[in-house]
Amino acid sequence: MAANPMYQFNVYRIGPEIKIGDVDLSFTNASLFMVVSSILIFVIFKIGSKKNSLVPNKIQLLAELSYTFVSKMISDTAGIKAKPYFSFIFSLFMFVLFCNMLGMIPYSFTVTSHIIVTFVLAAFIFIGVTIIGFIKHGFGYLKLFVPSGVPMVLLPLIVIIEIISYLSRPISLSVRLFANMMAGHTMMKVFGGFVVSLGVVGGWLPLSFSVALTGLEILVAFLQAYVFAILTCIYLNDALNLHH
Amino acid sequence: MRIDLFFKSILFLFAASACAYGAESGGMPQLDPEFWISQIFWLTISFGFLFVFLSKFVLPRISENLENRKSQILENIEMAENHREESEAKIKEYEKIIEDSRLKAKGIINDAKIKIKSEINLKKDALENEINSEIVLAEKEIEDLKKRSPDKIQKIAIDTSKDLLKQLIGADINQSSISAIVEDLSKKGRDKYYGV
Repeated sequence: MAANPMYQFNVYRIGPEIKIGDVDLSFTNASLFMVVSSILIFVIFKIGSKKNSLVPNKIQLLAELSYTFVSKMISDTAGIKAKPYFSFIFSLFMFVLFCNMLGMIPYSFTVTSHIIVTFVLAAFIFIGVTIIGFIKHGFGYLKLFVPSGVPMVLLPLIVIIEIISYLSRPISLSVRLFANMMAGHTMMKVFGGFVVSLGVVGGWLPLSFSVALTGLEILVAFLQAYVFAILTCIYLNDALNLHH
Repeated sequence: MRIDLFFKSILFLFAASACAYGAESGGMPQLDPEFWISQIFWLTISFGFLFVFLSKFVLPRISENLENRKSQILENIEMAENHREESEAKIKEYEKIIEDSRLKAKGIINDAKIKIKSEINLKKDALENEINSEIVLAEKEIEDLKKRSPDKIQKIAIDTSKDLLKQLIGADINQSSISAIVEDLSKKGRDKYYGV
């Protein structure tokens, strides 16, 4: 075990090397945790939706509460028109949440602490939302960049700012999640390293910090998944109900 | 949240610089593109399958369960409402029956009262008539007695005075003279007592 706090983010190959042409598609520890998260979500919700009892048991209650939670989140932010995208946002929220939470288990790997993963998700959302916007409103979707009630003099500047802010959406969305996860895990590793280096005498203070940080990180893991999902809803709202 | 992020970024910078100093592997593994394609590939596969399975097999079921529960609850509420209405109707019916019977009882009592009253009146009248006729008879008798008594008294007075005189003086006195005296006296007395 290296003392380097960044060691935990290393990606390494598990099993054989898979190469298609020049492209390396090997199964790594990151892949393992993605697959485990997906399977875990599927199994939990499959069990939770299996029985149709009037008074739900615990796992059914969990599934139904998650369902209503995400459903309410979508209808609050994006309205009734966003109903067809419910499955996607639900899957996204659950996937990010489970990747974050599985990352909280010691010696596990946090999928969302890699910028490439969060960026691919954010880019997919960005492109998808942009396509939906153009399909729903045609070129009228460009009105998103022209806010109403702005003086003509300022308009070119505002439009440029709006376009930049729109284009930076996938970056801010992905970096927010990635940076939060990486910073939290690095900090915990640093404090863990302090515990080891200070030993039995002085290690208690960083240990208590580590304990507190674990609680905080679990909160952050949930919160960042929520923020990721709700920002997706807000972007979707912009594309569906054009009233900037 | 902002403060938290601020502290984290400071610590992150600290940690990043610390590992940049001591790292033989070279900084952040996130920026090493060796496994980027692999991560994108596996992300697409796992998330894609998750999305498809959830939207095909799981979410419709959960939605259906929720709908079923909702409709079941609504149904139950409706049924309870129906029962309540029914019971309320029953209560009204019951109250109506009670009210009806009360009215009936009142009518019966009133009828009985009227009947009794009329009967009493009839009997009273009959009794009064009887009493009146009795009174009339009695008055007549009294009147008769009144009429007849002076003569009788006169006769008795004559007889007694005759007997008294016979005893006192031992001689028969003429009946007619005694009666004249008695009549004279009784006339005075009658005036005095009877006011005739």
